[in-house]
Amino acid sequence: MDSFVIDARRLRADFPILSQKHLTGNRLIYLDNAATAQKPSRVIQSLLNFFHLKNANIHRGVHWLSQEATRLYEGARAEVARFIGAASEREVIFVRGATEGINLIAQGLRRVYFQPGDEIVVTVAEHHANIVPWHLVAQELPLSLKPVPLTCEGGFDQEAFKQALSSRTRLVAVTAMSNVLGIEVPVKEVADLARRAGVPILVDACQAVVHHPLNVQEWGVDFVVFSGHKLYGPTGIGVVYLRHPWGEKLPPYQGGGDMIRWVKWNESAYAPVPSKFEAGTPPIAEAIALAEAIRYIEEEVGWDFIQAYEKYLTDYAQESLQSVPGITLYGTARPKGAIWSFSIEGIHPHDIGTFLDQMGIAVRVGHHCAQPLMEWLGVPATIRASLAFYNLPEEIDALAASLKEAVRFFSFTASQS
Amino acid sequence: MNAELQRLYQDLILEHNRYPRNYGRIENPTHEGEGHNPLCGDRIFITLRVQESRIQDIKFEGESCAICKASSSIMTTLVKGAPLEEVDKLFLAFHELLTQEAVCHIHGLPAASQEKLRIFATVRHFPIRVKCATLPWHTLKAVLNDPIRKVVSTE
Repeated sequence: MDSFVIDARRLRADFPILSQKHLTGNRLIYLDNAATAQKPSRVIQSLLNFFHLKNANIHRGVHWLSQEATRLYEGARAEVARFIGAASEREVIFVRGATEGINLIAQGLRRVYFQPGDEIVVTVAEHHANIVPWHLVAQELPLSLKPVPLTCEGGFDQEAFKQALSSRTRLVAVTAMSNVLGIEVPVKEVADLARRAGVPILVDACQAVVHHPLNVQEWGVDFVVFSGHKLYGPTGIGVVYLRHPWGEKLPPYQGGGDMIRWVKWNESAYAPVPSKFEAGTPPIAEAIALAEAIRYIEEEVGWDFIQAYEKYLTDYAQESLQSVPGITLYGTARPKGAIWSFSIEGIHPHDIGTFLDQMGIAVRVGHHCAQPLMEWLGVPATIRASLAFYNLPEEIDALAASLKEAVRFFSFTASQS
Repeated sequence: MNAELQRLYQDLILEHNRYPRNYGRIENPTHEGEGHNPLCGDRIFITLRVQESRIQDIKFEGESCAICKASSSIMTTLVKGAPLEEVDKLFLAFHELLTQEAVCHIHGLPAASQEKLRIFATVRHFPIRVKCATLPWHTLKAVLNDPIRKVVSTE
C-alpha cells in the first residue's frame, strides 16, 4: 500500500487548492468530494486557455475563433462519448448538470411517453434530483414513484426490485451509486430486468462515474446523467446520454437559438440531435474543461489506480471510523464507492460538522439531498466523509482522532466547567 | 482544543445540551407547535400554557443540535412565568444579539436574563448556525400567535 500512498501524494500536487491552510491555520483536509471534487491544474488551465485564446460563440460564426471554439466544443462531446462508451457522439447532450439532465428527460417523457397511472421504480437511496423532477411531471399527469428498499446492510435488494416491477411500471430510474451510502446498484442486472419488463431505464451516474469506468452500452441502459464538477471538472456542465433513438423521440427541452433548423412567426423546425436539446449558448469553456478532466483521469491517474487505491481507503476508513465510540456506519454492504455516512450517538451531525470544520476537516452533514433515505434509515441527518484518490490515510486518521475528541467534548461533565 | 469552538460551545451551552431544562410536553397546553429547520434537520416541539397574559408553563422536546437544544432549554427557563410583553422583549433582544454586531446592552431586561442570552453572541461568527439558535424563539413566537384554544380569561 505504501506505493499507493506515494502516488496519491504525488497526485495531490496537481490540485493547488489542497495545499492551502484552513481558516483556522490547520491544514485543510477535504473529505467532501461527493459534493464536489477539487480541480487539477490541467482543468483550471483549460478554462484559462479558452478565455485567453479561443473564446467565441459556437456553431454560428464563419470566423476563425468561432470555428476553433466549435471544434473544441464538439471535440469535448466526442471525448465524453468515447469515455462513456456511447455508440455515437450524437447520443451525448451537454447540460448544466445532472439535475438539468433528469429534468430534460422527465419533461420529454411527460410529453411523448407517460400515461396517467404509470409507475416509476426507484430505490430508496435516490438523490432529490431523481425524485423531484418526477413530482413535477406528476403534477400534470398522475404517476407515482415506487421506491425499492435496501437490504439491512444498505445494499441493493434484487428480490425487492423484482417485486416492485409490475404491469404499471413504465420506467426504472435508479442511482448507480448512492451519494449518501456509496453502495452500488448492479446496473447491468437491473437493466436486464428492466428490458425484460419492457421498460426503459435511467441511471443517475453522478457518483459512479467518479469511482470506476462506465460503459453505457455494456450497461445496456437508455438514459444516463452525470455532472462534470464531481468528476474533477468545472461546475455548470453536465452530461445526458440518450440512447438512440430516444434523442429522436423526445421533444426539445427548451426553445431558442442553436436548436432550430428554421423559424417562422408561427412555427419552427428543430435541429437534429444533439443540437435539438442545446438551446442557447452552452457552457462552452466548461465542456472543453470537462474533456480535459477526463483526459487527466485517464492519462495521469488511471482507473486501475483509482479503483485499487479507493478500495484501500474505503477499508481503511471503515476500520478507523469503527474505533470511534458510539459510531454507527450506514451502508456497509459491498461493493461500494469511497463514501461513508455515519452518526455518533448523542451528538447531532451539525455539531460534529462545526467541530470538524474547526479542525480543518471538510465533511458534509445533513440530509445530503436525500430526505426519503434519511427517513428510511430513521435518522434526521448523517455525517458524510467522501473520499477521492488524492486523500491520504493520515487524513482519515485525523478524522477519526477529531471525532474521538468531539465525543469527549460534547459528553459534557461537571468536571469540564 | 480550538478556542473558537470553546467560544461557540460555552460550558453553559454544553451543559444545557446534555441536561436540558423543561424537556418534554406539558399537559393541557393552550398553545403548541413545531419548529423545523430543514437545512440541518433540527426539529423541536413546544407546548405551553398561557394564563393571565403570562406563560405559566412551557416545555420543549425534539431532535436537534447542541446550539438549538441549549437555546430551547435556556429560552424555557427565561420565559417560564414571564408576562407576554417580556417574552416579546426577550425575542427582540435575542434576535438583535444574533444579527447585529456589538450588542452590549439589552434594554429593559434583568441582568441575569441578559447574561444567559449573551452566551449565544458568538454564534454570530458561525453564520450557518444562527438559525439553530433562533429556531426555538421563532417557534415560540409562531406558537403564541396561533393558540389551540382561546386563552382562559379570568375577567
